[in-house]
Order: sequence, then structure tokens, then C-alpha cells
Amino acid sequence: MVKNTEAWGSRVGLVLAMAGNAVGFGNFLRFPVQAVQNGGGAFIIPYLISFLILGIPLLMIEWSSGRFGGRFGHHSTPFIMGSMDKRWIWKYVGVFGIFSNIAIASYYCYLESWTISYIFHSLFGTFDGLSQLEVAGFFTNYLDVTTSTTGIPYEALIFFLLCLALNTWILSKGLSGGVEKVAKIGVPMLIVFGIFLAIKGITLKAGENGAINDGVVGLNFLWTPDYSSLANPKVWLAAAGQIFFTLSVGMGSIQCYASYLKKNDDIALNAMSAGWMNEFVEIVLGSAVIIPIAIGYLGIDKVVELTGIGGLGLGFRTMPFLFEQWGPILSALAGVSFFGLLFFAGITSSLAMGTPGMGFMMDEFNWSRPKAAIGFGTIIMLLGLPTIFFFAEGVFDEYDYWAGTVSLVVFALLEAVLFSWVFGLKKGWREITEGADIKIPLIYRFIIKYITPVVLILVFTGALIRPANDDWSNFNPRKWEFHNESIIGQLQHKGIGPNKEWFADVFYAESSGIVDSTYQLRKKHFISVSKTGENGAVQSRQYRYSPTKHYLLVKPGDEVNTGNTLFTGKVINRVFFIDMARLLLLSVFLMISGLVYYAWNKRTKEGRNEI
Amino acid sequence: MNSSALILMISVQLVVTILTGWFFYKVLVTKPKAEPDSYSENDDVER
Repeated sequence: MVKNTEAWGSRVGLVLAMAGNAVGFGNFLRFPVQAVQNGGGAFIIPYLISFLILGIPLLMIEWSSGRFGGRFGHHSTPFIMGSMDKRWIWKYVGVFGIFSNIAIASYYCYLESWTISYIFHSLFGTFDGLSQLEVAGFFTNYLDVTTSTTGIPYEALIFFLLCLALNTWILSKGLSGGVEKVAKIGVPMLIVFGIFLAIKGITLKAGENGAINDGVVGLNFLWTPDYSSLANPKVWLAAAGQIFFTLSVGMGSIQCYASYLKKNDDIALNAMSAGWMNEFVEIVLGSAVIIPIAIGYLGIDKVVELTGIGGLGLGFRTMPFLFEQWGPILSALAGVSFFGLLFFAGITSSLAMGTPGMGFMMDEFNWSRPKAAIGFGTIIMLLGLPTIFFFAEGVFDEYDYWAGTVSLVVFALLEAVLFSWVFGLKKGWREITEGADIKIPLIYRFIIKYITPVVLILVFTGALIRPANDDWSNFNPRKWEFHNESIIGQLQHKGIGPNKEWFADVFYAESSGIVDSTYQLRKKHFISVSKTGENGAVQSRQYRYSPTKHYLLVKPGDEVNTGNTLFTGKVINRVFFIDMARLLLLSVFLMISGLVYYAWNKRTKEGRNEI
Repeated sequence: MNSSALILMISVQLVVTILTGWFFYKVLVTKPKAEPDSYSENDDVER
């Protein structure tokens, strides 16, 4: 019988691994965009308050729950939560702690593979001499998996498999021999890369290398506080959401890491150190890289427009072009630094996502570490492939929404209730303070018991019924219109447009405008519909069709409105892929629940539930 | 930079940097607990 004998090598290694787990792409790509969209410098006020009343309590809850469950030989949340209360429901709540990690890792590894590819392309000068449009087009081509940007067929897939193999190999080396070693190299490296880019960003001078603004203009834009924004609930919900995602709470990976700690070892100081390290990377470095550099070269208006497409777009479509302004050597160095820091931020997180599922298989089914690592790699590959092949159909976004957003909030809310109200705060506080190397202020007893669950309920409710246009001012249940990205809005397929059937014989325009062209690109045929927005920017939508299967009903110059027929013929609509992605995620959740049920029965037969 | 942005940025970044440094320093200098602890590198014998 194989016994799970994993252990951390050193305390510093554990703290860096936990910090690496928390630091991810969001620190550099999501935080600055959230700040720009939610009151600039004023955003930091709800953000820090959220860190104190939501982030720190959840860190304490997860570290102490993990260490408590580890005492009974549990290294994944189903049985960690099961050890805190014997009612059957908690084991199945704990399924979220394996499910989220597997589902997130399957698209996160794809994202991580982009950074490896972009390091490669930065080093080999692929972006040299390209215009801004061409660099943005490179990213679009890259995501079209059948397109090769380097002559390597299925390049995006190959980098994904390479990235997955690397993760699997490191995980097979165990906590101290793999995860911890990567964290000890990766976290310091990403901080060094971040400092280098922050210095370059802040010291940009208008007029040099094509810059139109000093770097400090970007800092000024980002940090100028709009205090009136604090009256808007949207800003507070955005801040709470950012704290949530940046700390990797609500996932189950922190519990897993902490489950390898012994009863008398500190968790309070470790949790604070890892949590604040994440805040340092986010607030100090994350705010000083993409916004100052982007505003330095593109100006404030353009950057505000680009933040509308999110941090990922800004990072991968725009940054390589901006680095090119620094000349061939420095641009290669900057590209390697930027995508290198994203890679280290990514891999230290994806490794953490691998450990709960592996811990579960090793604990319950006596799998060896290499077998568990290969098992993890295989399931991530199978789940990740749809995100690669059907990226444009929205599968990647569905994974991110349901596994990377909704599941986290639900799980955190339930674990906070379990810890404070079911397990009981008296026992919980003893767990938090046992072996602590710092004194936790007593106010946290009150915050953990009352404030954190209430804030989590508000965050969940906010996500559930988020109103259209984020307008919370006219609360009227009868006239409430849900935001496309609210949970209810998503379930109702709001925002899906007029093509609501899985399979159809006709395809309708999903936006209004003028058909400006029908064209062929990379052996695929498209109809382009464009319109000029209120700010003068041209917005284009491309609809793919097949000349052999479809009959076009429009021609260049025609005006179309949303819902007008563009072409007839057999069509598989985007909603089909979205629903299939949801069904796939649901199946994974049910499959893990089945494994937990089986493992529980197995434990009962072996008499292990008596422990 | 305007003064409100500058004051806010410096004060927030200074507080965050000091707290990060202080907690990590505490991790580095705090004496390890008596064996058996959770960390294998300071073990006398292999686990």
C-alpha cells in the first residue's frame, strides 16, 4: 500500500509556494484594468478593506482547515471538510475544491502556454517590424489552432502540450522536490522581472523611442482617485471580486498545501506573509507595468478603449508591439521579462491546482505520486482540448465563468459557514492560533464569524442578480433587468443574440451595421459587419460561413440590423458549444462526487472512517 | 503627477512594502519549532 508521505522542505519554500499560488496573471493583467474601470486610485480603498475583511479571514480559514484535515491524513477538501463535520453534505461541498482546480487548470495551462510561446517569439524576433495591427493579428492567428505562425503546425496545441508536460513532470517530483523548487526560483524571478519592467515603465520619456507620454502620466491616470465612485456598489463588488481571485481563495489549493503542516507549526504568520507578498506584487508591481507603458505609447483614450477588451487582450495583443519601440535587444529582453514573469506567475499557480486532485487519488486510491501526476495531466489535456479547438465559440470563457468565478464564490461562502457556524468559531479560533508565531487581533473572531460570511453573501448575490449596466440605483424586482454576465443572465443565455438554437437552417446577424466585405482568410470565409460607435471607433463583427454549405443573403454595402438573415444553410450555433461546455463541467463535478462517494464507502469497509 | 495621486500611491505602496517585508522577515528569523516539525530540510534523519 502506498502512503502519502509528501512534506514541505522548508518554511520559506512553503510561503513562496503559497505566494506563488496566489500570484497569477490577474496581478499584472486584471488588477490594473479593474482599477482603471472602478475609480482609479479610489479603488484601492474598497480593495484594501476587502483584503482585511474578506481576504485575510479566508486565508486563515483555509490554512487552518487544511492543517486540521491533514492531521487525519486528508489532503483534499472533500475529506478535510468531512473531518470538520460528519454530515455527508460537506464531503460533497468539498468536491468544489477538486473540481475548481481541475477545471481552471485545463484552461489556465492553455493561457500559460501562450506565455511560453510569446517568450519564444520575443527571443526570436517574430514581432520585429510588425505594426500594432499586425501584432494584434498575430494573437488572433495564434488562437486559431489550425494556423501556424512559425511553420510549426498546430502551434498553439504543441505549446499547450509542452506546458502540460512540464507541469506534470514537476508535479511528479512532489512538493519539496518539484513545487517548492519552482516556487523558490519562480517567485523571486517574477519579482525581478516585475521591478525591471516597472522601472522601464515609470522612466519612459515622451519623445523618446516613439513615446507620446511620460511613464508617470500612466501612474497619474491609474492612481488619481475618483472618490465619487465609492458610492457605487459596482466598485465595491469589483474590489471584493479582485481580492477573491487574486488570493486564490475558494479553490481548495490552500487547504491542500496547508494539510501537510503539523499541528504545532505556525499558520498565522505564514498566511500573512504569503498574502501580503501577493499584495506587494499586485499593488506595487502590477500597477507599474502595463498601464504606464501602454499610456506612454498609446495615450489615455486608447488605453481606456483597450481596457474594455480586458487585461489579456492588452497583454498579448498590445504589449509586444510597445516593447518593439525599445529596439531589438531591449525589446527581446522586455518581452522575455514580461512573458517570463507571467509564466512564473502562471506555473506556480497551475502547480497548486494539481495538488488537491493528486492528493485525493494518493490518499483514497493509493496512487503513487507519478501516477497521480500523469492522471492529472491526462484529465487536464482532455478537458483543455475543447478550450483550444473551440476557443472562438466561447468554451474558454465558459470554463472561466463557471469554474473560475462562480464555483469559487460558492465554495468560499460554504466553507466560511462551515468553519464559523458548524465547526464552530471556538474550535476554529483555536486552530488558527495554535502554534502561531504572531498574535492575531481578537477583532478577527468577530470578522470571521459575522462580517466575512455576510460579505460573501453580498458578493454571491451581486453576481447572481447583477443588473444591466451595473445600475443598482433603481431596485425594483419587477423591472429588474439582469446583466449578461450575472449568473441568472448566463443561465438565461442573455447576450447570446438572435441565434438561440443549437442547430439551425438560417444564421442571423448578431449586430447592426454595414456589410463592409466578404473575404477569405487562412482558407476560411468571413462576412464583416462594421459600424461606427459614439466615440468614433469602428466596431467590426466577423461571421464565418462556408460557401459550399451556405447561401449568402447579403452583399458588401448592405445595411443589416440585429436579427436580419445573413445566410441560409445548416449551422451549428455558438450556444451549442456553450451548453456542451457547461454539460462537460457538470459531468466532471458529478464524476468527482462519484469518486468521493466510492472513496467514502471504501474507507468505511476498511474501517478508516473511525479515525 | 497630481498631489492626491502621488500621496495615495506612495502611502499605499509604502505600507504594503513595509508589511510584506516585515512578515517575510519574521518568517526568516523565527526559530523553527521542536522536531518533529513539518519541514524535511531541517530533519536530522531522512523521513
